[in-house]
Amino acid sequence: MSTTATATTPYNYAYLDEQTKRMIRRAILKAIAIPGYQVPFASREMPMPYGWGTGGVQVTASIIGPTDTLKVIDQGSDDTTNAVSIRKFFQKTAAVAVTTSTSAATIIQTRHRIPETPLTAGQVLVFQVPTPEPLRFLEPRETETRKMHALAEYGLMHVKLYEDIAKHGRIAKTYDYPTMVAGRYLMAPSPTPKFDNPKMHRSPALQLFGAGREKRIYAVPPHTDVVSLDFDDYPFEVNKFDRPCALCGAENVYLDEVILDDRGGRMFVCSDTDHCETRRAEGHRGEILGQEETRA
Amino acid sequence: MTIDDQPLLSARGISKMYGQHVGCTDVSFDLFAGEVLAVVGESGSGKSTLLSVLSTRLEPTGGAVSYRMRDGTMRDVFALNEAERRLLMRTDWGFVHQDAREGLRMGISAGGNVGERLMAVGSRHYGEIRSTALDWLGRVEIDLTRVDDAPKTFSGGMRQRLQIARNLVTQPRLVFMDEPTGGLDVSVQARLLDLLRGLVADLGLAVIIVTHDLAVARLLSHRIMVMRAGRVIETGLTDQVLDDPREPYTQLLVSSVLQV
Repeated sequence: MSTTATATTPYNYAYLDEQTKRMIRRAILKAIAIPGYQVPFASREMPMPYGWGTGGVQVTASIIGPTDTLKVIDQGSDDTTNAVSIRKFFQKTAAVAVTTSTSAATIIQTRHRIPETPLTAGQVLVFQVPTPEPLRFLEPRETETRKMHALAEYGLMHVKLYEDIAKHGRIAKTYDYPTMVAGRYLMAPSPTPKFDNPKMHRSPALQLFGAGREKRIYAVPPHTDVVSLDFDDYPFEVNKFDRPCALCGAENVYLDEVILDDRGGRMFVCSDTDHCETRRAEGHRGEILGQEETRA
Repeated sequence: MTIDDQPLLSARGISKMYGQHVGCTDVSFDLFAGEVLAVVGESGSGKSTLLSVLSTRLEPTGGAVSYRMRDGTMRDVFALNEAERRLLMRTDWGFVHQDAREGLRMGISAGGNVGERLMAVGSRHYGEIRSTALDWLGRVEIDLTRVDDAPKTFSGGMRQRLQIARNLVTQPRLVFMDEPTGGLDVSVQARLLDLLRGLVADLGLAVIIVTHDLAVARLLSHRIMVMRAGRVIETGLTDQVLDDPREPYTQLLVSSVLQV
């Protein structure tokens, strides 16, 4: 397949030119070689604003090929604006097959969630990252945070967790919860809910993180330790929900609150739409969907 | 020769030039464990430059500083790699700044400020960190109910006491102090000095304290070094130097303050 621009497709395959992709791939390889280390790269302008996933899109564009199947999720959902437009972008520029099914995808680009369906070897999960530096809001100087990473001086992160417990009685951080990768580098898992942190630990899939505005790429290779920071007497805990999904009845999944009317009606449903749809197709019914069907 | 006969810190021929301008020049001394050394002199005499060099915050133009590590070996502090140096600075050393804002994290609670060094050296038990922090707040006479308040809500004297607690929590053997009582009113100064004197004696700390206030030197230090234009012009036991100064400049300095 030709990768050069033609009259019908004015852009190179997957939008970025080959030299740029080469540069990004080199950054990715280095990131994989040093798990959790933030590799600087020459982030390009993308046809979308910063904060919409320019980093993730560049990573995906550099690793995607015509035989891949792409899934894009935003807040766990396949059908929000961001997910739809990034999916369309790659359909147009990379002529790639797309899917909403987690198990059918070879590359999954995500803004927040890690799919509920366990990932398998050979799959690549690409995270869109706004703030790659976990120490940024504790130490504003980049020179200093780099030194802290170099010397593995991460006491300051625990000071932040200490402050949480002192103020709130528990570690109040619920997303972008700091992790140690392979026992060496402190890593921000992007705005992923801490519910998904355990899924990163020793995942058989390759996890790549791209931050476009901050110009950093980092990675968690398959089967790598990803440990959430905590205190001995305040261990790490994931978010808990007191009810199952209202549509598919799934338990132990991450739920979104949906407002139903202006009289306080609400339901909690799977944030992972593919997981919810799959379960409903298998015949699982949650409280609200069950009522609807009985009424109909 | 037993280990205590060896100096804790040894400076030889320290000089620091800022281009053509002399910061300090040819300063040599030995500091022994548990000893308090005051460095006095007027503004611009090079005493703060000397303190920065000794505490490795500045690279000297010439000379050497060696320190007896906890394992008993004397090491050239400028030959330590950065990881060793930073570990030394947050475990075995302390630094009390004149302006508490430089030494504290102003947005983080008092407990977090005291606990930071503990967490930096690997403490991972919230309950223990907190009880140690409370213990230290008590020792520096800060009301325990303020443990979760940020130092930006503290008075100047409280900030300074918090800074001291934050430095002493890892039980350092050597503390550098740069005008610790500067900017505090007289009664607060007196209380802080009293506290410092008690802590230094209880913990057997070695201290190098830079001050222009001879009363502070008199109250805290065993030995004194008088600096002028970057040079040490007189050195000796504090009482001896202050009661019977030999150098004309020291005589001037002593006579220019109210009798203490």
